[in-house]
Amino acid sequence: MLKTDTGRGRVSKHSEILSLGAILAILVLLFSLALPGKFLRPSNLQSMAFQLPELGVLAFAMMITMLTGGINLSIISSANLSGIIMAMILTGDLASSAGGAGLGWTIFLAVLAGLSISLIVGLVNGMIIAYIGVSPILATLGTMTLLEGISLVITRGYVISGLPRNLLVIGNGTFLGIPVPMFILIAVAVVVAIILNKTRLGLSTYMIGSNIKATNFSGISTNKVTILVYMISGFLAGIASLIMIARFNSAKAGYGSSYLLVTVLVSVLGGINPNGGFGKVSGVFLGLVLLQVISSGLNLLGISQFLTLALWGALLLGVEALRLAKRRGR
Amino acid sequence: MKRSTDSNSRLRKVFGKSEFYLLLVIIVVSLFFTILKPSFLAFTNLYGMVESNSFLAIMAAGVLVVLISGGIDISFTATATVAQYVMATIVIHCGGNMFLAFAIGALVGIALGLVNALLIYFLKTPPIIVTIATMNLFYGLLIFISGGTWIYGFPMWFMERNLVRFGDNPGITIPILVLVLSFILTWLILKYTALGRNIYAVGGNQEAARRVGISVLKTQLFVYCYMGFLAGIASTVQANMMLTVAPNALMGRELEVLAAVVLGGASLAGGTGSILGTVLGFGLIVIVQNGLTLLGISSYWHKVFIGAIIVVSVGITAYQRKVRERKGAIINVED
Repeated sequence: MLKTDTGRGRVSKHSEILSLGAILAILVLLFSLALPGKFLRPSNLQSMAFQLPELGVLAFAMMITMLTGGINLSIISSANLSGIIMAMILTGDLASSAGGAGLGWTIFLAVLAGLSISLIVGLVNGMIIAYIGVSPILATLGTMTLLEGISLVITRGYVISGLPRNLLVIGNGTFLGIPVPMFILIAVAVVVAIILNKTRLGLSTYMIGSNIKATNFSGISTNKVTILVYMISGFLAGIASLIMIARFNSAKAGYGSSYLLVTVLVSVLGGINPNGGFGKVSGVFLGLVLLQVISSGLNLLGISQFLTLALWGALLLGVEALRLAKRRGR
Repeated sequence: MKRSTDSNSRLRKVFGKSEFYLLLVIIVVSLFFTILKPSFLAFTNLYGMVESNSFLAIMAAGVLVVLISGGIDISFTATATVAQYVMATIVIHCGGNMFLAFAIGALVGIALGLVNALLIYFLKTPPIIVTIATMNLFYGLLIFISGGTWIYGFPMWFMERNLVRFGDNPGITIPILVLVLSFILTWLILKYTALGRNIYAVGGNQEAARRVGISVLKTQLFVYCYMGFLAGIASTVQANMMLTVAPNALMGRELEVLAAVVLGGASLAGGTGSILGTVLGFGLIVIVQNGLTLLGISSYWHKVFIGAIIVVSVGITAYQRKVRERKGAIINVED
């Protein structure tokens, strides 16, 4: 367990989880009362579990960079580029790969290519930030625009659709009644939690977020850690793109672009300190479930999705006010 | 408040500025386009280029002021959209005149800017987080209440864009006039008022500014209200040009404007930036887009070029700073 949150006085970790959990419980209770027999019905829970993972994996991609005090604005455009390349290989648009190879081999090749691209994007982001010293928001704003442009040039703005059915299981299949993407999200959450809590890399990530100079002087190669963090972030964007293309059965430049700022919102809601150094996977996970509960509940009540957007914003401001009050109280 | 540890000579100062390099790049790029396509320099082309981007440029001036103060605003496109809806609804149902339209846009913008400023100051949460939240809040509520319908049917007086005509040439139009006025106003505030100097001071070092007696709250109130003011004005200009109000006309362009301002030398860390730089940074992006279009290069390529320009430019700036820091001189260029 990390014991880094002394000193800078962010709200202590357990009370943070507790208050988010309390808000969640109240919301679930309210929606269950307002929608008796509808909200907690298995089919609704299942549809929630289908919608959550793509935003969830992207949120972890954002969260891990925010822990270092950075941000990664390029996750969505990176995911779209990976998705487009995967879809092109899968639909045989890239002629060479389709040449007589079996479907399994093609899928393997596509996923490998997609994830490699995400890793390379992460590597480039990390190197620009670490070696050249560009602030993360600017570096990733630049690569975001660049990647979006590349995706547009490749696809000419068209949708690539008609992916093999074997792949669609990743987005639409269920196992024991639980959607496959949910398993992926849980796996991602567990892996990220292990990296952050049990490895040197994780410890260094938190340390960089608290004080990058002190971390550097303590003998940790902050450049290496930064690059690794952005590579993990890129890799997670690649996994998210896999879920996205499998769910939509298509790929396109500009899919999910409204998710970008929502991932920042979820991370901060889940207790990630925007200045870096503090925050846990469990908090972000709770934040995700919170947003999904609000979204599904209002949807079942027949209320516009735009009010959901407004409520997400209001919820974040409310939680921040609560945190401020707690800090003052101590 | 000029502190230059480098050299006192004026000439070296000019060469040391990022604006100088930007201007150089703009000249080279413009020459390149002019040689390949002489119509690039045609008056109508240049004029159209400025006019069609005027509303984004007006918002860029606001973003500049926010960045100098050490803040950031992501919500300004949502603010502008709200202002546009309110303005259009009132103007269409109650009538009025052009001045009133701008006044309504400006007032709505200022009100929403005030919300941002108060939340940022009292929640002690980073501005980027607060404004992401308020962006969702403003936009979500607007579409929920308005239903997200398009608005048409502006009164006749609203459709007139030209103020003065010179024969067949396009005269002075409302977008151009408002653009020039808002840039001059921003320049005057930043350069000649105590308020403007306070904005630089707060952005340079908030704690130090507070200790010398500058009110951080007042400065932030002004900065975010001014951003809202310009967003409201810009949205009225955009409505005046398009004659329709659409829920997605401005949303999603916030990062584009931010990138242009940063290209112009404003730092996200605060304390640095100038209106000249913003003009040049914004100008470069607009010129590249326009030139590529004239050359017949598909618009899909625009983002690739602009992304590359941003990456290279912020890379060079950061690298120069790194080298300077290694030399031991920290230069805080103001204005």
